[in-house]
Amino acid sequence: MDTCIILKGMKEKKPRGFIELPNTADWALQVWAPDLPGLLAEAAAGMYALMQAQVGEGPRQTRTLSLSGVDAEDLLVSWLAELLYLAETEALAFDAFSIRVTGSALEAELSGAPLAHLTRMIKAVTYHGLAIRPGEDGLSTSIVFDV
Amino acid sequence: MIKKINDYEWEIPKQDRPDMRQPVRLFATEPMINAARQDKSLDQAANVATLPGLAGPVMVMPDMHQGYGFPIGGVAATRVSDGVVSPGGIGYDINCGVRLLASSIEMEAVRGQLSDLATALDRFCPSGVGSKGSVHLSERDLEEICRKGVAWATKRGWAGADDIRRTEEEGCINGGSLDTVSKRAGERGREQLGTLGAGNHFVEVDWVEEIFDDAAAQAMGLNLGCLTLQIHTGSRGFGHQVCTDYVQSLQRAVQKYGIQLPDRELVCAPIDSDEGRAYLSAMAAAANYAFVNRQLIANEAREAFEAVFAGKMKNWHLHQVYDIAHNVGKLETHIINGEKVRVCVHRKGATRAFGPGSPELPDEYRRIGQPVLVPGSMGTGSWVLAGNEASLARSWGSSCHGAGRVMSRAKAKTSLHGEELRRELQAQGIFVRAGSMPGLAEEAPGAYKDVDEVVETVVAAGIVRKVARLRPLCVVKG
Repeated sequence: MDTCIILKGMKEKKPRGFIELPNTADWALQVWAPDLPGLLAEAAAGMYALMQAQVGEGPRQTRTLSLSGVDAEDLLVSWLAELLYLAETEALAFDAFSIRVTGSALEAELSGAPLAHLTRMIKAVTYHGLAIRPGEDGLSTSIVFDV
Repeated sequence: MIKKINDYEWEIPKQDRPDMRQPVRLFATEPMINAARQDKSLDQAANVATLPGLAGPVMVMPDMHQGYGFPIGGVAATRVSDGVVSPGGIGYDINCGVRLLASSIEMEAVRGQLSDLATALDRFCPSGVGSKGSVHLSERDLEEICRKGVAWATKRGWAGADDIRRTEEEGCINGGSLDTVSKRAGERGREQLGTLGAGNHFVEVDWVEEIFDDAAAQAMGLNLGCLTLQIHTGSRGFGHQVCTDYVQSLQRAVQKYGIQLPDRELVCAPIDSDEGRAYLSAMAAAANYAFVNRQLIANEAREAFEAVFAGKMKNWHLHQVYDIAHNVGKLETHIINGEKVRVCVHRKGATRAFGPGSPELPDEYRRIGQPVLVPGSMGTGSWVLAGNEASLARSWGSSCHGAGRVMSRAKAKTSLHGEELRRELQAQGIFVRAGSMPGLAEEAPGAYKDVDEVVETVVAAGIVRKVARLRPLCVVKG
């Protein structure tokens, strides 16, 4: 069903991307990419899009993150939760990522700037129904956000 | 396979799935059940019924809709002796809840000042994404808030005796400690006390349109035709971070304790374990923060009323009717098969609804039952109900918490326009102040169920009774 939603309205599925999924009370994304670092980057871009978060023109800033989890799904939640924390506490958003994944741990360098605009906040990233699935073109997953 | 018990109660038998440990009981009409089949509410309720140590059926209220882990409107009681506590079953906005204040200000006398009142409330009550409160908390303040709840506010003159007495748990769940809360949660909590936030949170002025139970309304100080004020918010970033931290850390606990779950959002730990006790302490800390948050917003609303009405009438005071949580886990004693059993009642989008005689209620409500506050959508109406004795036996002492969504946020924001909605509501005499027009569109009345049908269902099921119906006049949203 999710795949149908991805294809609807798209002439050709891009190798990586995200799309908002219908959800009664919260927000949800379908995300896909050729590999896990790509999936993490697309999930971040999708989450910022849901929040209508725009990277401003202020001075560029970098951050380095080291995260680990029990598996790839856990890592994905930790990654997005970290970005939410930075958005709320430092008003920062990022649009360039260098991510290295080893097992269920990651090292990432983020480049971004202060938020120019943020009108919608996500409370949390959930594990609801979270499963990263391999396919012919790489990896895909759906993510539900509490709002 | 859902079985109909009567016109207002349904059951998913535990034989429906091999992993269910208890049945699911749903308070709903047939159209509500049919609507629930359109999303994941019923599957999610069945998933909850797989949790270890359930003390009886999982209950679902008529405002049910799809959530994450638990359905919204879900209630589950787990035995303290051998059951689990699930942070996802309580939610990220720990102690999201509603506070109702009432006045003797007659609506007809102030109709011409409602626009000014909406503007004043918007000015005095900080709201919206990233909003910060006027109170900056020291480490010691935060530690006291986590441990003492609303009592922290009394020594600053920010909470009166009636405010505390008329709050669930008197504004403090025992066991809350900053020691079980991450540094990050503390950082987020320090800046946000006394703020509404965004999303479906609001401050709303209503008027009492109809009274159904004179004695209960009198005890609550609800006067026909007079203004009331509702506050709907929770524990802000503090609670969000607490839940995020524990849902993540307990991913390892389920492996440690060998707990099999159909959905990782139901991650849990035995109540009687180091992990379970730590979460319950952190949850109590966040719940206490939320009680204080609504207390400070109540004071801000009182200041707004004073700014608009002082000098124009003798009494503009807003007195507290009640404050209840609808995302919380509570350690309570329930009678099961004739024996007292200590349980953790998870209420996810459901409110406590204790009946008359409950020792947990203040004296003035012990004869009438606990006030149950059911806000509707901003264009329709809200309800004040009172808990019945039957609720303890039939719904873990719980009832519905609102109207419940039927339309996705994505669809709402594309089919409805915030500015147009604001104008429509103003034409109906409802003054809206919103920080985000797309956000307002997501919360349009058409995105919600009919709150009257939800209330009729819980009333017909016998777990609550009607006290008063409220109509909106001013709405402030983040």
